[in-house]
Formats: sequence, structure tokens, C-alpha cells
Amino acid sequence: MSIMDFLLLQSPALIIAIPLLGAFLTPVIGRISDKGRNIFVILILAFTAFLVFILAMHVFETGPMTYVFGSTKNLVSNQTVIRILFEVDALSAFMAIIGIIIAFAAAIYSWSFMKEETGLDKYYTLMLLMVVGMLGMVMTGDLFNFFVFLEITSIASCALIAFRTNKGNAVAAGFKYIVISTIGALFVLMAIAILYGQYDALNIAKLAQSITFSFADKIALVLLVVALAMKGGIVPMHMWVADAYGRAPASISLILIAATQASLYGVFRVLFTLYGDVITLPSISLGWVMVILGLLTMLIGVIMALIQTDLKRLIAYGAVAELGYIFLAVGTGLTVLTTPENAANIAGYGFEAMKGGIFHIFNDILDIGLLFMVAGALYFATKESSLNKLGGLARNMKYTTVFFVIGLLAVSGIPPLNGFSSKLLIYESIFQLNPILSIIAILASIMLLAIFVKVFQSAFLGPALPQFSHVREVPKSMLIAMGIIAALIVFIGLFPDIFVTNVVEPAANALINNKEYVQWLTGGI
Amino acid sequence: MLEEFIKTLLTGNGFWNPLVWILGFIVIFLVVYILRGYGNASYKKGTSQTQSFLSGNPEYEKQFMHIKASNLYWGWTNAMKWIIDILKKMHTGNVSDYVLWFVIVLGVLFIFVGLM
Amino acid sequence: MIDNLPFIAVAALIIIGLYAVLFRRNLIKIVIGIALIESGVNLFLVTLGYRAGSIAPIYTSSPGGIMSYPVPQALTLTSIVIGVAVLALMLSLIIHIYRHYGSLDVRKLGGEDQ
Repeated sequence: MSIMDFLLLQSPALIIAIPLLGAFLTPVIGRISDKGRNIFVILILAFTAFLVFILAMHVFETGPMTYVFGSTKNLVSNQTVIRILFEVDALSAFMAIIGIIIAFAAAIYSWSFMKEETGLDKYYTLMLLMVVGMLGMVMTGDLFNFFVFLEITSIASCALIAFRTNKGNAVAAGFKYIVISTIGALFVLMAIAILYGQYDALNIAKLAQSITFSFADKIALVLLVVALAMKGGIVPMHMWVADAYGRAPASISLILIAATQASLYGVFRVLFTLYGDVITLPSISLGWVMVILGLLTMLIGVIMALIQTDLKRLIAYGAVAELGYIFLAVGTGLTVLTTPENAANIAGYGFEAMKGGIFHIFNDILDIGLLFMVAGALYFATKESSLNKLGGLARNMKYTTVFFVIGLLAVSGIPPLNGFSSKLLIYESIFQLNPILSIIAILASIMLLAIFVKVFQSAFLGPALPQFSHVREVPKSMLIAMGIIAALIVFIGLFPDIFVTNVVEPAANALINNKEYVQWLTGGI
Repeated sequence: MLEEFIKTLLTGNGFWNPLVWILGFIVIFLVVYILRGYGNASYKKGTSQTQSFLSGNPEYEKQFMHIKASNLYWGWTNAMKWIIDILKKMHTGNVSDYVLWFVIVLGVLFIFVGLM
Repeated sequence: MIDNLPFIAVAALIIIGLYAVLFRRNLIKIVIGIALIESGVNLFLVTLGYRAGSIAPIYTSSPGGIMSYPVPQALTLTSIVIGVAVLALMLSLIIHIYRHYGSLDVRKLGGEDQ
């Protein structure tokens, strides 16, 4: 067996194991040299990215891939087998791709951004642990394993949010984040316990086969969806997002966005795959609940963003508004899913809405990530974080201005960048559900443009202020990281169709019919 | 291989091709640029034609003329003061309130799903 | 009724824990509330594995008879370890907060949007 086949066969385990090993070796290497530790972290993330890409290419062509930790006896004779299963289908591969891309950009960005801070060994260790948790959350096929990776991600994220312990408000934001995360995770655990108590299975595929929609299952569904939506920043439980993203170092806010979207992935996995066979009964009403929550998230996100004066808090509220788009689009898909009357609609606007929502996950992480990197660059150059004190910086920081304009146009959905492609899919499909939804979505886009034009005017345009005459352009590694993300934004913007048909459509297909997810149960491994 | 890159994105009811859009943008930009060239490019230096017009208000030093972030969009925030005050009161920053909203949404959805 | 006593205890623990998180102003009382919720969920997990008249699921030198399910007990062990780590993290954050803000009132930690 060649080395590539070996890597492909073992890749779900290696994707978790290699960053984990790197996380534990980082303090050891950090004792020897700082530059060596930075290069080690970047190499580990690059190798993990390579593994994720070859796994994703395999999964997009041939369907879900399972990986067994434990006994490999098959399940048909109903004996108890002791194992944990990783099941990587197209949606998991999609989330893993964007997660590792943004983590790689954050590691390159942190090289210069965090250079003057102390305690960097712990920073890189925790960053690798956060990446492990996020990748494990999206690749696992077992509910309790999902809970364990959820807790790993939230503990590592909390320590990184509170990283600047010399300032009081960063530690307070970390405390609020860990309280919210723990309560959400404990309710997720209770729902897992209810499901286990009924069906004696923790595996998502096995539960999907044997689930009925009894009363306890309804309780478990509500607990799972609401707790994971709280971790995903849906209104009215979104208020921790502004505190946590606003006070974390900018390179951590990038990976935090991907971790938040991984919780939204958890909501979709529970709704469509775990409850996929029985969701026909409440699908219309649950879909409409998701649509209304998505609308509220968009509107409250943009209104709160417009009145902020702190730059990172403003971008955080903008991120909340973008999460509303994703929830709205997937809720529209749920509304028309598998109801017997409009079963034909699933090939129509429901499927387009799901494609738009999943495509928007990718674009949202890239766009908001670029904006956070620009915010970090401004803080690094001027040590000011409030917009009231900035001004006229376009003369000193030319490259950062260009990247900010690209991020501004992408986030508000201006052609020809990537935000427009996914938002066009969302607008056209939710128009079929109800025209008012499309009007409110376009209004929220216009307000996002207004918000970031406000940032552009107050930070970059205007006369040259005398207190900023010493400001120079940010170091090269931050520019390289911003350049990677901006190049990806422009590339996906100019060639959307090749991305949608090869990457997004398999992911949306994998979400809608869960037959492929459970097919290994009948065939044996 | 090149054809796959330049295909148009088909939504359910429309289509979007960014390369055609860029082509149209370049054409319109050239037309506008040529039309601009027909204008009168001369002006008198040193007279009030080169000074900025602020409706008769005096012009201060450059660093005092910059409009700060809290003062932008004053008209919109003043008109929407009623909803902005409600939202500001909702976002207290108190972590017990955050968990209270979670319990409220949990209760509402329990009643909603339980009645189905 | 006496068979349902663990489940009633679970509900009582979770409700008292939620009350402490929602309505108490001292940061340490909020952490105690979270510990109560976590104890309630762990008790729920262990109670699920009980079969009537069973003994502990240990193979070596067992006196025979039906055993309760061992899987929920493994899940509970994992959850207790995660809970210990989270509680330690929260308490160390409270020490930092006390050093900076000088008080343990949760209302003083926010208010950036007011």
C-alpha cells in the first residue's frame, strides 16, 4: 500500500492526532527557541491541512468514510460492540476544510501579531487544542464524543479569550464565555442522556435508524437545538458573542468564528441526520421557527452593530448578523423538506436555500476573518481600539486599506466578490417562501455595508492626525495571512460555479438525505 | 478545464456570471471615462475655487475636522432611538441575563414542540 | 414513587442550580449553581444505567447476578473530569476578576453597551 493510500485510510485519526501531539510538543520546543516553535506550529497545521484536503477529495467523490476506534465487528447481529466511530461525510469535510484554512491563516498571523506578548508557549498550545476540538466536533459520528470535543473547544477558547490577563475586561469576557458554554454543554449532555436511556445507543447512525418521535425525543430535540444554537450565537442568546469576540486577541477571534459555526453544524446534524426520518411531522413549524430566529438575528445584529464605537465589538455584531443568514437559509430548506405535498419543492427552492446557507458558512468565515485581521492590524499599529480615536490611517497603511475594502465589499454582498454569490442563492430561494423575508435580508445587507463604510470613514479616511504620524505598515506575516484570505475571497468570487458544484452541492446533498449516512449499518464495516 | 472555471452559477430562478459582470463594468467604465474627458479641465488657482465649501462655517485645523465614529449616522440613530434604547437595555452585560434568555427560549420552544 | 426518587432529585438539583445561576449576584454563587447543574446531569446519567436488583458492573470476584449497565458510568466519569477542569478554570478566572474589579458582583462585569 503506497504512502498516500495509507495516509488516506488513516486520515480521520491523523487529523485529530497530529495537532494533539503538536500541542503537547509545543512547550518543549518553545524552551529551545521561539522561532522554531512558530515554524513547528505552522508546519503541523500545514500537514493537517494536506490531510484534510486529500480526505475531502476522497469523500466528495465516493461518499461517507467511516473510521473505527475500537472493535470492528459489524453491528447486524445486535451484540454490543465497544467503539467510537468517526464518520466523515461531505458536510463534515466541508467544515473541516474551512476550519483548517482559517486556523492556518491565524497561525501565520500570530507570528508577528503576538510577538511582544509573554506566555506564547501556552498560546500556541491552546490554539492547537482549539483546532483539535473544532475538527473533532465536525468529524465525529458519535454523540457523546461530540460533547467531549465541544467541551475541549470551549475550555481552550475560554483560556485564549482571557489571554491578556493584564486587562480586566478580557478576563471578565472569558468568564462570561465559560459560564454560557458550560450551561449549554450540560444541557446537551442531558439530551444525550435522554436519547441513550431510550435507545441504548450513542452512535448517530444507529440512533437515526431507531428513533421515533416520542415525548422524550421531543424534549431531547428542543434541548439539543436550543443549547447548540446558543453556542452558535443565535438571538436572543447572542450577547456573549460581542463580549467574547471583542476582547479576544484578533488572531483568536478568527478561530472562534469557525468554532461557533461548528456548533451550528451540530444543530444541522441533529435536525437533518439524527432526526431525519421523523422530522417530517414538525418540519414546517420547526423550519418557520428557524426562519423567524434567523430574521431576528439579522436585524438585531445590524442595529446593535451600527451604534458601537469599539471596532472588534462592531465586527462581532456583524458576525452575529451573518449567522442569521445561515440560520434563515437552512430553516427555509427545512420548511420544504419531505413534506408529502411539496416533495417536488426539495429539488427547487429548498435545495437552493440549503446550498446558499452552506455556501454562506464558508464565505462568512472568510469575510469576517479578514475583517478581524484588519482590526488586529489597526490595534497592532496604533494601540487604539476605539473608533473615536482613529483617523486618516489610509496614508500610512496602504495594504491594510486594500484588504479592508475587499472585506467590506465581500461582507455586504457586493458583486463580484464571494459574498454576493452565496447571498444571491439565499435571496432568490427565500423569495419563493415569502417575499418579505427577501426584503429584510437585502435590507440587512445594505445596513452591513453602512456599518463597514462607517468604519472605513472613521478609521481610514479623513485628514492625517498628528498622533499617528509614526504609524507604519504592519509586519509581513500579518500581510501574508491577510493576503491568503483575500486571494481566496476574490477567487471564489470570480469562479463561484466550480466551487458550488464540486464542494457545496455534495455537502447539501449529504445533509438532506441521511440514507448515505446510515448505509454502513446495513452493509457492515 | 477552462470551461469549468467560467461556467455561470445557476440559482433556481436566475443566474450569475461574475466574468460577464466584470466585462460589463469595464465597458461602462470606459464609456464614463471618455465622456468625462469631454469636460472643461481648467480652473483658477488661488481664488475661492480651490477652497472647501462648508456652508459658510469656518474651517478649522485638519485634525479637528475629522468626524468621529459616534457622530456618524446621527440622523438614523436619532430616528430609530426608540428601538435602540430598547435594545441597549436588553444587552446588560450581566451573565445571569444571558442564561435567562436561554431559559426563556427553551421554555417557548418546549411549549411549541410539545403542542405538535 | 420511591423508584422515581433519583429522577425527582435530578430535577430538583437542576432547578436549584438554574435558580442560583439566574438570580444570584455573587460570582462564586453562580459557579456553585453550575456545579449543582453538573451534579444533576451526572446523577441522571448514572441512574439511567440501573436495572432492578442489579449489582455493580465489576467482573473480578463478583458474586453473580445481573449487573447494571457500565456504559453510563463511563460517560459519567468523563463528565465529572470535564466538570472539574471547567470549575477550576472558572474559579481561577474569578481570582483574576477580583484583583481587577475589586468586587465579586456580576453586575459590575458588563455594561459596555449602556
